[in-house]
Amino acid sequence: MRRESQLKKVLTAGHFAVTAECGPPKGADPESVIKKGRLLKGSVDSVNVTDNQTGVVRLCSLAACALLKQEGLDPVLQMVTRDRNRIALQSDILGASALGIRNILCLSGDHQSFGNQPQSLGVFDLDSIQLISTVHQMRDDSQILGGEALSQGPDLFIGAAANPFADPFFYRVIRMAKKVRAGAEFIQTQCIYNLDRFKEWMSQVRDRGLHDQVYILGGLTPLKSAKMAEYMGSQVAGMDIPEKLVARMKGVPPKEQRREGLKICVETIQALREIEGVKGIHLMAIEWEEVVPEIVKEAGLLPRPN
Amino acid sequence: MITAERKPLDEIITMISPYKKLLIVGCGSCVAECASGGEKEVGLLGSALRMDARLTTRELETREITLERQCVYEFIDQLTGLIDQYEAVLSLGCGAGVQAVAEVFPRTPILPALNTLFLGQTKEAGLWLENCRGCGDCRLHLFAAVCPISRCAKQLFNGPCGGSQGGHCEVHPEVPCAWDLVVTGLETQGRLDLLETVYPPADWSKKQGVGFRRIVREDQQ
Repeated sequence: MRRESQLKKVLTAGHFAVTAECGPPKGADPESVIKKGRLLKGSVDSVNVTDNQTGVVRLCSLAACALLKQEGLDPVLQMVTRDRNRIALQSDILGASALGIRNILCLSGDHQSFGNQPQSLGVFDLDSIQLISTVHQMRDDSQILGGEALSQGPDLFIGAAANPFADPFFYRVIRMAKKVRAGAEFIQTQCIYNLDRFKEWMSQVRDRGLHDQVYILGGLTPLKSAKMAEYMGSQVAGMDIPEKLVARMKGVPPKEQRREGLKICVETIQALREIEGVKGIHLMAIEWEEVVPEIVKEAGLLPRPN
Repeated sequence: MITAERKPLDEIITMISPYKKLLIVGCGSCVAECASGGEKEVGLLGSALRMDARLTTRELETREITLERQCVYEFIDQLTGLIDQYEAVLSLGCGAGVQAVAEVFPRTPILPALNTLFLGQTKEAGLWLENCRGCGDCRLHLFAAVCPISRCAKQLFNGPCGGSQGGHCEVHPEVPCAWDLVVTGLETQGRLDLLETVYPPADWSKKQGVGFRRIVREDQQ
């Protein structure tokens, strides 16, 4: 069993990293997690497991990470502050480390009103930045919040999210700087479709020297159809899909739109590799994980380093 | 002030159904300001209940009275002598008012006619906004006087989240993103340095962590 974070190893060795997202099932079946893991194995360095994404109840991220770990993958535990207070969060962080999970992505989480339990209480005892600093303190100082000592601190590579496409734009880099100051070591961004804006954000990142302090992985979600492009652009908050991209998808017959979506994704990866400070990609092919190996291959990112 | 909304009439009718003699008690403070429990609303509710009783041929005798404040003993005392003539009290006070009256008159059922909602301001005629959660640890000076606890759907101290777009909250697109207001407010005031601060976890024990909260002041006793 791998004892250190593969993601950290790949990034510190200077390789261009590849991570992918894996959504656990809406049920207790381990098979679907294992199946997705096997699909991704060999094509990616690490696999993010979402934590009840969009507020929908699913098999827990911690258990799915443990299943992937057994399959020989390097899981990234996504942890949101929406559902658990600081007692439960810190307890799960210790549990994750004990199970051999070596990466964590700290998030506040989608608001509960978007999911299938809209009557639930949103906990938000901590916010994402406070969660980052909590993990950092637990790991580096072997202390929980309040200063009590741990018998052993967790061994985790600490990640955070950044959305260059949300507003106010000038503040987005300040927020990422705060995450770095709190202890984030890698960043996975929101899906990139608007490359111009992403490049502008990256230049702000470089102006602050942040690209030397944190590994930035550009987020990508391949478009399945012109309809999906339109929906995501107009209905999903924090998403920015330029008109010309929607037009490009619409410009091909429906049967070939998947192919076009993959082409756009591969082109975006090539563009990202040219940007100073981008250290990898994070593929979020939602319920379309089988397409990941193809994208990674077409982007010329195989084989993955050992 | 404390804001409240009147419960649906059907719910109130079900609640009062065991009683034939009802004292309807309004409150002239907060709930009068937010037009849910003042003298006017007491009159309207009384008429509606009597009309329903007539239409359904039920017996109902009511009397209406509005106290200046339903949460302070000096005003509650006005009910002494009167309350014994009724089987129940229908209170149009906030949750604090209902409980304060109930404590003074433990033998009489005190029924809540309102749903108490939040601490807020009257923004304009017919519009009230929540802007305080009573957290017990006010830090508005750090956030351009915009409360991140009551006005951000995720109560972020280090916001805004990735869903803030065009100045709107992704959870309630009809309201401004509180953190957008904080950021633009601090920018206007030339206090962008405050945005760089990593705020530590809140101490919720001053809010709801300890349960029942009290203020004790010897100088007022």
